[in-house]
Amino acid sequence: MASVGKIARRTFLIGTAAIAGGIAVGYYYYRKPYPNPLEGDLAADEATFNPYVKIGVDSTITIVAPRAEMGQGISTTLAAMVAEELDVGLDQIKVEHGPASYAYFNAAMLEEGGPFAFFDESMTAEIVRAGMGVVGKFLALQGTGGSTSTLDGFGKMRQAGAAARQMLIAAAAQKLGIAAADLETANGSILHKASGKSLTYGAVAATAATMAPPADIRLKDKADWKLLGKPQKRIDMLAKVTGAPIFGIDVTLPEMLYGTVKMSPRFWAKPVKADFSNTEKMPGVIKIVPIDTNYGHGFGIIAENTWAAFKAAEAIDAEWADPEYPLDSAGISEVLKQALGTKGSVMRDDGDVVTAFADAPRERIVEADYAVPYLAHATMEPMNATAQLKDGVLDIWCGNQAPTLVRQLCANAVGIEQDKVSVHTTFMGGGFGRRIEVDYALCAALMAKETAGRPIKVIWTREEDMRHDAYRPASVGKFQARLGNDGIPVAVDMTIASPSLIASTLLRLFPSIPPLGPDKSIVDGAYDQPYTIPNYRVSGIAAPASIPVGFWRSVGCSINGFFHEGFMDEIAAAGKVDPVELRKRLMAAYPAAVKVVEKVAEMAKWGEALPAGKAKGMAFTLSFGSWVGEIVQVADTPSGIRIEKVWIAADVGTALDPDIIEAQLISAAIYGLSAAMGQEITFADGMVEQSNFHDYDAMRIFQCPAFEVAILENFHKMGGVGEVGTPPAAPALANAIFALTGKRIRILPLSKEVTFA
Amino acid sequence: MRLTVDGQAFDVNADPEMPLLWALRDFMGKTGPKFGCGIAACGACTVHVDGQPVRSCSLPVGEVTGAVITIEGIGSEGRLHPVQQAWLEEQVAQCGYCQAGQIMSAVALLDQVADPTDADIDDAMGGNLCRCGTYPKIRAAIKRAVVLKTSGI
Repeated sequence: MASVGKIARRTFLIGTAAIAGGIAVGYYYYRKPYPNPLEGDLAADEATFNPYVKIGVDSTITIVAPRAEMGQGISTTLAAMVAEELDVGLDQIKVEHGPASYAYFNAAMLEEGGPFAFFDESMTAEIVRAGMGVVGKFLALQGTGGSTSTLDGFGKMRQAGAAARQMLIAAAAQKLGIAAADLETANGSILHKASGKSLTYGAVAATAATMAPPADIRLKDKADWKLLGKPQKRIDMLAKVTGAPIFGIDVTLPEMLYGTVKMSPRFWAKPVKADFSNTEKMPGVIKIVPIDTNYGHGFGIIAENTWAAFKAAEAIDAEWADPEYPLDSAGISEVLKQALGTKGSVMRDDGDVVTAFADAPRERIVEADYAVPYLAHATMEPMNATAQLKDGVLDIWCGNQAPTLVRQLCANAVGIEQDKVSVHTTFMGGGFGRRIEVDYALCAALMAKETAGRPIKVIWTREEDMRHDAYRPASVGKFQARLGNDGIPVAVDMTIASPSLIASTLLRLFPSIPPLGPDKSIVDGAYDQPYTIPNYRVSGIAAPASIPVGFWRSVGCSINGFFHEGFMDEIAAAGKVDPVELRKRLMAAYPAAVKVVEKVAEMAKWGEALPAGKAKGMAFTLSFGSWVGEIVQVADTPSGIRIEKVWIAADVGTALDPDIIEAQLISAAIYGLSAAMGQEITFADGMVEQSNFHDYDAMRIFQCPAFEVAILENFHKMGGVGEVGTPPAAPALANAIFALTGKRIRILPLSKEVTFA
Repeated sequence: MRLTVDGQAFDVNADPEMPLLWALRDFMGKTGPKFGCGIAACGACTVHVDGQPVRSCSLPVGEVTGAVITIEGIGSEGRLHPVQQAWLEEQVAQCGYCQAGQIMSAVALLDQVADPTDADIDDAMGGNLCRCGTYPKIRAAIKRAVVLKTSGI
C-alpha cells in the first residue's frame, strides 16, 4: 500500500481506499496475471483450470465463489454463473469460498466509484470507469460490497466455466480421436452423439487442465441459459435450517481457548487506570492482555470458556482518557451544523443556480433542513474471530468482507509476512458493511500471540459490538427549490454535510494514505439521480471526523435517498403536483426510471381513493446501478402507525436469480424501514449510549408489512441488488406519514415524532 | 451437573450461573443455538426445555431441570422436521444466523397450536429478531409446515 501512496498524483476518494489517479501507472500490473491460488492446495486426484474451477477424477466439481456469503445469496448466483457455462447443474457441484488471494479482486466494486453518475455514458465517464476497474485490480482488493459481486463475476466467472468446458472438450477430442466440433456436453459428461461414446469430466480433467486455455472463449447466448435468469435453490439453505456449524462463532478447534475484549468506550482513548488484580483470579480466567490497534485501545481477556471471559470483562475496573471529540450528541451535532455553513465540493452543477434563485419570488421558494443520525449495523452475529499463531504461522477463521485486508493487517499486527497468514472465511451472520472492517480479526490475532500456540476464539458481547462499530455517519442537509408557475421546479440547490467515511476508513485501515479529494459518498443518492431540472446544484462538505464511520448498507444513498426524495415530495406538495406525475415529468429523459415509477404506481393502484385513516407515499432512488421505486401504505391505528404494505419495482438490467433478487429487495427495504422507524446511535460522556436490542431494536415480525415486488430488465446495464432496496424505504415511509397526518418529518428516526404500532 | 440434551446425557462441570447457551456451545459442542444479545432480546439462542421455548442465553445452567432440545435434536439432513422442511421449501434463510432460534420458536408454536392464525404467529415469533428481514417467508413457512404436519411428512 505504501507504494500506492508514493505514486499517487491525483486521488479520488472512492470505494474502500484512495485510488491513484494516473490510469496508465498501474497498467503493467494489471496485465500481469495473478497465479492460480488453487494450485498450491489440490488433492492428489484433483485438477484446476483457473481460480474458479477444480475437478476431481471422480468428477467432483468444485466451484470457488470468492465473495463473502452474508445472506445475500451470492454463493448460489456466482456458482450458477460457472455451472451454466460448464454445463452442469447446481446439484452436481460443491461450492467453496476459496483462499484470500489477489486473484479474486473485485473490479466492479471500484468501477462505479468515479465521480460520474451511473447513467453518464460520456466518453470521459466510460474511460475513467474502465480505468477504475484496472486500478481495482492493481490494489487487488478481494472485497464484497457495493452490490458489485454479480456485476464483477458476470464476465469472468462465466468465462472461467466456459474455458474449463472447452478444455475438457479438447482433451476428450484427443482421447477419442474425434473432432472437438462433433462433441457436446451435458450433466458433467462429454458426448459424441453419432457413436454414442462418452467420457466423464473427471476422466479427462487431469489432461484437460494441462492444455492451453482457449484464446477464444465462447459464452452461451442468454436465450440458452438453463440456470441463470431462473430461480435456483440456494446452496446454503440446508445447512442453515439444520443449525450446522457454518459461522465464525461456531469454529471449534482442538485445545481451543476462549476470549472477549473490553475496548475503550471512548473512541481511541487510552486506559489511564486499570486494575486486573481481582479479575485475573476469577475462575476460568487465564490472562488479561492489552490490545492496541488503529481501531482503539483496551484489553483482551483469555479464558477457558466464553462466559468466564464475559464476566471478567465486566469486572475489569478501568478508567479511560477523555476523547478528542465533543462529549455528547449535542456537541457532535453542532460540529455538523457548523460544517454545513462552510464551502464544500460541488458534485453537480447544471445551469446557473445562483441566477435562478436571485430573482425568485418568495412564494415560489421551498426550503427545508434535513438530518439523519449515526446508525449501528447490529448484525445478528456479534463480531468474532478465531486465531492461532503457531511456529510463526497465523491462521484466522472469521466471517469477513475483505479477506486480503484481514491477511495484510493481521500480518502487520502480529509482525509476520503475509504469506505466513491463512484466512479461512466462514459464512457471516450478517454483514451490511460491518465486516469490511477488520477489528475483530486484529483482536483475535493479537490475543493469539499470548496463548503459546493454542487457538483462541474471541467473541464480542452485544454491548461491545453496539459500542464499537464503524457507524453509518450522521448527516445534515439544506435544501432549496424554486418552482415554476406550473409547480414544476426550475432550480434546486442541495448542500449536505457529513463526516467522511472514506477518510475515517483510511484512518483505521491505511493511516499512511492521506484522504485527498472529495468524498462522493457524502452526496451519493443526491447528485446522481435521473432528474432533469435546468438549474441543479449538489454540494458535499466533509465535516471533521470524530466518531468512527464506515460502510452501512447502501452507504451515502441511505442518507441522501431520504433527503432527496423527502424534498421531492415537499416540492410536489408545494407545487400541487402529484408525486408520481412529478417524477415522470422530471425523469422523462431516462425511460428506465419512468417505467419503474409507472410500474410501482400501477401495482399500488396509486391515485385510487383509500379508506379514511390510510395513506400512501412514494420514493425513487437510483443506486448501485439499479433503478428502484417504492410505495409504502400506512394506516392510523389505536396503537400507532402501522406499515401495511410496501410495493417495490426495480430495474436491475439483467436479473440473474429472480427469487434471490426479490428476497434482497424486501430485506433491504426492511433494513431501511427499521432504521427510519426507530434506530439512532447517540452519545453521552464520549460514549455510545445504546448497548443492545432493547434500546437499538429493529422491525419485528408483528410490524412487518406485506410486500409485492416487480423486477424489470429494461436498462442495458446490470445493476446491483443487495443494497438498492434500502434508500427509497425511509422517504417512502416519511412521505406516507405526511400524506396520512400532514406532518412533514425531516429528522430521523421518525419515532421522535410519531408512534409505530 | 447432568443434563439431557437432544436425547444424550452430558456431565457438565460448569459454573451453575453460566447461561445454558454457553454450557451448550462451549462444553457440549452444541453450536446450533446462537449467541445474539445475552439478554433474551433477540431469540437467536432459543431451545426447548421440557417442550417450552426458552432463551438459553438468560437461563442459568444450574436451574435447568428438564430435557433440553436444540435445533440439532429436532431433525437433521435427510431427516428434517416438518418445520425445517417448510423452511427449506420456502427458501427462508438469508444469512441464516437467527434461523435456528426462529425454527425452535415455530416448532413450539405448532406443538401448541396446530393451525395458528397470523396473530398467533405474531405473538409466538415477536421475540425472534431477524436483521435480514425474512419475516414474510417465515410466516409463509409456518403455514406450509401446518400443511406438511397434517399430511404426515
